[in-house]
Amino acid sequence: MSEFLFKPFDEMTESDYFDVGFKSGLEIHQQILSKKKLFCRCPAGQYSDNYNAEILRHMRPTLSELGEYDGTALMEFKTKKEIIYRIHRDTVCTYEMDDTPPFEINDEALDIALGIGMLYQCTMVDEVHIARKQYLDGSIPTGFQRTAIVGVDGKIPYKDREIKIVQLSIEEDACREVSDIGHLRTYLTDRLGMPLIETVTGPDMRTPHEVADVAQICRRLVRSTGQVRTGIGAAREDVNVSVTGGTRVEIKGVSRIVNIPLLTYNEAMRQWNLLRLRTELHRRGITTENFKSKTENVTKLLRKTHYLPIQNAVEQGMTVNCVLLKGFKGLLRWQTQTDTYFSKEISDRVRVVACLSTLPNIVHSDSTAETVSTSEWLNIKKFIGGTDDDTLVLVWGDDQDSKMGAAEIAIRAKEATIGIPSETRQALRDGTNGFERILPGPNRMYPDTDLPPKRILDERLEKIKSTLPKPIWENEEWYRELKIPDDVIKPLAISLYSQLFEMLVKDWKLNPTLVAVALIQFTKRLKNFYKDGKSIEVQAMKDIFEAYKTGQLSREGILIAMKNVLTNGQLQLFSKCTNNELTKVIKDSDKNISRMKLRKEEKMLKVQMGLIMNKVRGRIDGSVVAQRIGFVRRESK
Amino acid sequence: MALNDSYKGYRGEALSTLQNFDALVWSDAEITTSRGKYVGIILPRSETADPHHIVLKLRSGYNIGIAAGKIQDIKITGRKEANYKIPEKEFPYDPKKPNVKLLGTGGTIASRLDYRTGAVIPAFSPGELYGSVPELADICNLETEKLYGVFSENMGPEQWRGTAEAIGREIEKGVKGVVVGHGTDTMHHTAAVLSFMVQNSPIPIVMVGSQRSSDRPSSDAALNLMHSVKTAAESDIAEVMVCMFGPTSDEYGLLHRGTRVRKMHSSYRSTFRTVGDIPIAMVSREKIVPIRQDYKKRRNDKNVIINTAFEERVCIVYYYPNMKPDIIDSLIDNDYKGVIIAGTGLGHVNKPLYPSLKRAKEKNIAVYMTVQTLWGYVQMYVYDTGRDMMELGVIPAANMLPEVAYMKLGWALGQTNDTEKLKDLMLTPIAGEITEREPSNGYLIFQGGIPEVEEFISKYRK
Repeated sequence: MSEFLFKPFDEMTESDYFDVGFKSGLEIHQQILSKKKLFCRCPAGQYSDNYNAEILRHMRPTLSELGEYDGTALMEFKTKKEIIYRIHRDTVCTYEMDDTPPFEINDEALDIALGIGMLYQCTMVDEVHIARKQYLDGSIPTGFQRTAIVGVDGKIPYKDREIKIVQLSIEEDACREVSDIGHLRTYLTDRLGMPLIETVTGPDMRTPHEVADVAQICRRLVRSTGQVRTGIGAAREDVNVSVTGGTRVEIKGVSRIVNIPLLTYNEAMRQWNLLRLRTELHRRGITTENFKSKTENVTKLLRKTHYLPIQNAVEQGMTVNCVLLKGFKGLLRWQTQTDTYFSKEISDRVRVVACLSTLPNIVHSDSTAETVSTSEWLNIKKFIGGTDDDTLVLVWGDDQDSKMGAAEIAIRAKEATIGIPSETRQALRDGTNGFERILPGPNRMYPDTDLPPKRILDERLEKIKSTLPKPIWENEEWYRELKIPDDVIKPLAISLYSQLFEMLVKDWKLNPTLVAVALIQFTKRLKNFYKDGKSIEVQAMKDIFEAYKTGQLSREGILIAMKNVLTNGQLQLFSKCTNNELTKVIKDSDKNISRMKLRKEEKMLKVQMGLIMNKVRGRIDGSVVAQRIGFVRRESK
Repeated sequence: MALNDSYKGYRGEALSTLQNFDALVWSDAEITTSRGKYVGIILPRSETADPHHIVLKLRSGYNIGIAAGKIQDIKITGRKEANYKIPEKEFPYDPKKPNVKLLGTGGTIASRLDYRTGAVIPAFSPGELYGSVPELADICNLETEKLYGVFSENMGPEQWRGTAEAIGREIEKGVKGVVVGHGTDTMHHTAAVLSFMVQNSPIPIVMVGSQRSSDRPSSDAALNLMHSVKTAAESDIAEVMVCMFGPTSDEYGLLHRGTRVRKMHSSYRSTFRTVGDIPIAMVSREKIVPIRQDYKKRRNDKNVIINTAFEERVCIVYYYPNMKPDIIDSLIDNDYKGVIIAGTGLGHVNKPLYPSLKRAKEKNIAVYMTVQTLWGYVQMYVYDTGRDMMELGVIPAANMLPEVAYMKLGWALGQTNDTEKLKDLMLTPIAGEITEREPSNGYLIFQGGIPEVEEFISKYRK
């Protein structure tokens, strides 16, 4: 292992990441824009914090198909959580409550997933098998997520290489967590059961910025279909990170791509520093085999403490346990992430596994902060038989939880001698991450015996393929060749008008820049007029360009027609301005202009041009008017 | 290994493809197709699935199906056979704890995956149960005996008799309570027949099952087992009961009298309800709270009466408007000895059936009337048609549930063919199958949408 020490985020270079062997891959969850949920006929996409009923459940671990228990499942079972589901009758039926077996998979959603699989150039499966993926945190009332692979082994181009798409699956979304306090966890069920796709990339990204780049490409690719949901929570990334000698760790639920670089940097740093911690432990002669710890109930010794959290706990009749970590002196202050120390790893475990969620939940003798007094530490050390080379950790709670907490402290400390535990970790606001649960393995998969496999015929795939947009990278390259303005290239590639654009330019031979600007910038300008957040339908947009192509609309008329469609719901065409009418308008403007006092005579024609265009805009081309009155727009000097 | 096992579940095109490449199930394989390459373990296939696909478990744990016709090559790199086994731990014995016997007949209370059908099949042993529900050891010393391994729809007279006799043996041995694991579909049928076959039991006999198989993390199996074992070990209720979820939440179970209980929803956890009365008690992991007092109390003797006679040629006719007399005629012609009619309203059938009913009477076939409304009593005096039918020998069976009446008639016909003796047996309640009165809270089907009901639902967990 090299002597490399992590620098502040802004100072890290590509070669630094290369030195630590940074590797990262993504699991992108993207909700699909279907009308109904995946395995029942509840409406999808209706959110509300209101609810009319509650149910209570517990989860127990079960065996995988290959006859093994999953580590995460066992950990969740240790936590003994009561789980409350809040239910609204409009968005949840007895299926989500796990009181009715699944209905057949939603074909609309499956088609969308198959389409996206083909966009990722995946090898599509011939028969979709629905699996149960265990989630014992309660986020799904069944205790498992119904999920199925639709394609494997795809790819997307990135820089001068390819990023592998390991697999693409379709699955049901989980509940939204309301709270998780002590042994009680509460969920809202409105989002539960909504179809989403999960895209898993290979661990092919080499720097934190590459991870964000690839996430963007994937996001834009799926959006180009117009068949995925957008907005808060519609797309969520799990990011896998490892460094040389490290372990795959998953950071869950990153909802904003811009946060990815800092998060992955911090995780790489955490792993690197945990590996350094292991080296330090080995240097001190502490290995997995001879790791020593000891736990004692020290409630009696802390009866008179002035440290408020423990004082309160003792007053409420709770138990304080002390864990002695032999030879760990100073190591709980070993830095792991930015402003974060090894003690946080331990505190997190205690919070999650022992359900001691009020912080602080531990204090330790390495801490320089004022906690229990020096004399109290001395008493405890004497009582438990510690030396100056050891670290003491206190944990308090009701008897059961405090014991569980003490056990977990020793477990996590011992894991430091092995290296980096395989975990899923939650993204925190400051760019660091915290423990969520043990990383689940393939043992949590189980075939869904409630539904038969579903055959996917070639004809179905062909039909879906014919409706797919071109991959964004191909379109973008073509746009660049067409020399359309840079700022519309990316938005156009994922726009719902990208296929219309292709038709207008290739078949109708319209000016690419005019069309691109109209499709992207005009619609953006008219955002305030969107109905229910929706822009103009593709067919209506086509009608507008048809009017333009046949001369019923002028260039200037396009924007007006768009606004009309948005406000009136349909395209209204005005009769073309005839020569006679134009003559009359010009005459009227002559009269008006002669009555005006213009300070600068040379602006006269420009003003007149404006007066005339106000009357005929959209019905005749501006250049015709200019020619008639002899107005020439001067280049500014 | 037999050929069947080597290519478990495969047939047709898929089977011949696997055979071509000597690719047995459980092979770790690299499969090349015209579409692309896949890596994983070849799994057995459900026999009911089509003959065109091969099932592969990918490294990620997911399964997919690959069209056999597209396969160009299968390269075998290893083998990993599944060993689906609930970890067995010896059930601990504590001399201070009561002994409880769990008799297994089948159902999903303990189950595992069946590769042949792709569905779940029952699995069951004290060790397995302790491995998956260790809490049971806090309640009692548990012994188990697998009597049968059938889905509940396949339970019949042979199994009913065998179960009743097994219960008799356990009482003789002095256990403190018996739990009967059973599939839920016909649990109330078996509960009814056991109520007649096992009379004067000194101990609780508790039937239990699960609505979500125990291979699911949210299964109700573990909690139902704990509730039922606790009832068998500790309760003073010496009756045949069904112990299943009260609400759909993991909160408490209800102890229903075996003759008044019915499965009322095809999939809900709280599917069992006492009909036309209230349950005997509520049971949680902490306590058993009786909600009525008129149950038979636990005793220290062993004076149980086991009477397993059963006449199989009995049936239920669920009446519908426009029913033709040939339905009844065919029963007569096929030598049926007894018929339970589930009639409309207070207990009616149409006039065209009368001649056939008359024929049945002449052939000494016992015909009893129950109501398909489930709640309420048969009352055949209110309308003339009812009186006419009684003239034809149809006997009103008060508020016996149709399934219970069926079980009782089969059992009673096992004892006697004499019309009067039979009637006496049928209409004298043995285990609460007929009650003298229906309490005002015996019929409560709350109607959703009504403000006060919605208020109730919002206050109490479903």
